[in-house]
Amino acid sequence: MNTFSQGGIHLEKYKVTADIPSKEAGLPEFVSIPVKQHIGTPAKILVKKGDKVKVGTLLADADGIVSADVHSSVSGEVVKVEETEGASGYFENMITIKVEGDEVEPEIDLSSDICSNIPENPQEIIEKIRKAGIVGMGGAGYPTPIKDTLPEGKKIDILIVNGIECEPWLTSDGRLMIEKAEEIVIGAKILNKLFGIQNAIIAIDENKPQAIEIINKITRRYVGVNVRVCKTKYPQGGEKQLIEAITGREVPSGKLPMDAGCLVQNVGTVFAVYEAVMKNKPLYERYVTVSGDMCKTPQTFKVRIGTPIRFLIEQCGGFDNNIAQVVLGGPMMGNSIIHMDAPITKISSGVLLLSNEISHRPEAMDCIRCSKCVDSCPMGLRPYLIGIYTRNHMLDELKDIHAQDCIECGCCAYICPSRIPLLDFCKLAKIELRNKKG
Amino acid sequence: MITTLISNVLILGGIALLAALALYFISKKFYVKENPLSEKIEKVLPGANCGACGKAGCQDFAKACASCNREEFADLYCSVGGDETMQKVADLLGFKAVSKTPQTAVLKCNGTCENAPIKLQFDKIISCRLANQISVGQTECPNGCLRLGDCVKVCKFGALKINEQTLIPEVDESKCTACGACVKICPRGLFEIRPKSPDGKRVYVACSNKQKGALARKNCKVACIGCGKCSKICDLIKVENNLSYIPSDVSAEKYGEELVKACPTGAIVMTNNKKEQ
Repeated sequence: MNTFSQGGIHLEKYKVTADIPSKEAGLPEFVSIPVKQHIGTPAKILVKKGDKVKVGTLLADADGIVSADVHSSVSGEVVKVEETEGASGYFENMITIKVEGDEVEPEIDLSSDICSNIPENPQEIIEKIRKAGIVGMGGAGYPTPIKDTLPEGKKIDILIVNGIECEPWLTSDGRLMIEKAEEIVIGAKILNKLFGIQNAIIAIDENKPQAIEIINKITRRYVGVNVRVCKTKYPQGGEKQLIEAITGREVPSGKLPMDAGCLVQNVGTVFAVYEAVMKNKPLYERYVTVSGDMCKTPQTFKVRIGTPIRFLIEQCGGFDNNIAQVVLGGPMMGNSIIHMDAPITKISSGVLLLSNEISHRPEAMDCIRCSKCVDSCPMGLRPYLIGIYTRNHMLDELKDIHAQDCIECGCCAYICPSRIPLLDFCKLAKIELRNKKG
Repeated sequence: MITTLISNVLILGGIALLAALALYFISKKFYVKENPLSEKIEKVLPGANCGACGKAGCQDFAKACASCNREEFADLYCSVGGDETMQKVADLLGFKAVSKTPQTAVLKCNGTCENAPIKLQFDKIISCRLANQISVGQTECPNGCLRLGDCVKVCKFGALKINEQTLIPEVDESKCTACGACVKICPRGLFEIRPKSPDGKRVYVACSNKQKGALARKNCKVACIGCGKCSKICDLIKVENNLSYIPSDVSAEKYGEELVKACPTGAIVMTNNKKEQ
């Protein structure tokens, strides 16, 4: 079975919501939609206070090359266009809309019929992706139209659809693959057409037998899309790890996957591409898992972008005193949230309610040189050394041991028997190296 | 037996002699002529290698001094050694020493645990720079002190320490050399190098919060709300982005008391070292 060769760890799965069908989260009273849900420049705001908007109305226009459009996820009246508290507690520019009814822009096709007549012209496809404001939904939020426009002279021969959800608890991608299998396969075909290739591989990890079975059945009817089952190992879903697992190629340090002839897209992104191209539907909703050991009724929701996190938690049994941390994203790579009224964005895959036992960081002890962190690092780095160098501000040495290649997966900190916060040191090393450059 | 011993001694001795000769000639051939002046200057310098002068270290600074002309020398200044050291360097070079007012680092935040109570607990985060990137901080003030002490770790002179009562760093002016390491390291830019005025009095805004008044006050009692009362007292004071800034040329002697009294939140702080001592 396919897997990456170096490092990695085995985690508890806790995928309690894997077999529970997803549910519409419903409409909250207010949604606040940030204008920057992607990497790059924030979008330019087009609406003002008092404007009436519908579902799918363009709220903010991509500003500059690396940017993405932002659409309304509800219908109603814009009540606030100002800086509002985001999940990290910092203030971000957001558009707050008071929800009234559920009116949809006329050109959006909301029927669940499967369309498979893919447009012939690649330009038309990329234009539709751009108009839908699609960004990478795996977590990084890099605008998809830019990723999908290959620079002159570059060529890819494999498209990898990343259906691997290696973080514990999260099941949003898993549910999406079960419920929207055919749409994802057609989405992969659309991207195939865009790049002029016939080689899309949907990678799924082995702990999702239901998704593997359904997608396997469908891909028999579509040429050029195949399923590859990967071993369940963390961080199998990392871009570079997945490329190695599927193709055996290695992406050079500091280079992009396209330098290895590959392109990786998350299943959520591929589904959004299908909806954008076939149904004219901009990216305004996504699958979000609400789970964690302190969650009373875990559930995967289909959520409108901008829905307050509090609204979702209340549907899953609400808050109680045992919740020590609320984490946005997975338990390994996510960040804890300060502000519960912060919105779900295009890149939030899950909300986890964690108890003190699980989220607590024990006191760090001295390094015992067991080299477990080195063995577990999927990038082949030496985390203990990064820790020492960062503590002593040895930037040149950090560069020599390629600290900037760290993917912040957290394997080293998880495995460390002395509980040294190695991930913190790696992140700090990356910040220092970036500051030094700038 | 004895011949083996002698031959061994002779062979090894010969190798040693050859190596010594080779080393002697190589060191003669590639001898780097050092400016004797720069060595002398280096001895005068404090030897902290802090980088405050903008050079890589004290040796580098000494070299720059030894090879510069009169105009260039005016731009070189070792803030750690101060006027006294610069006078010695100038004597060695035969130039005139520049005199600068001694400076010190000032923390532009007064978010003590009393003024800005902790609303959420960090779980053993190792550094301010990391905390600044992932969250707004324990007090929820987006511009305030994160209290994790990166500045304390970076200070080579032991001039900074976290006060256990207030939880924010304190500058020990007698030890601070104005090297600027804390200014560079603080992710929120809370430190400023300001001149120590001769009378020991200094007036400044101990806040960096750029939020609107009500929001700023929500997290901290002594936040600057940008009301502009101080700017009416002295024309040099400017309020920008809801934050007032008192330049160091505003005389503390003349306006200090008045400014402190006028500030409705107590964000303006006046220090009077003479009195404390």
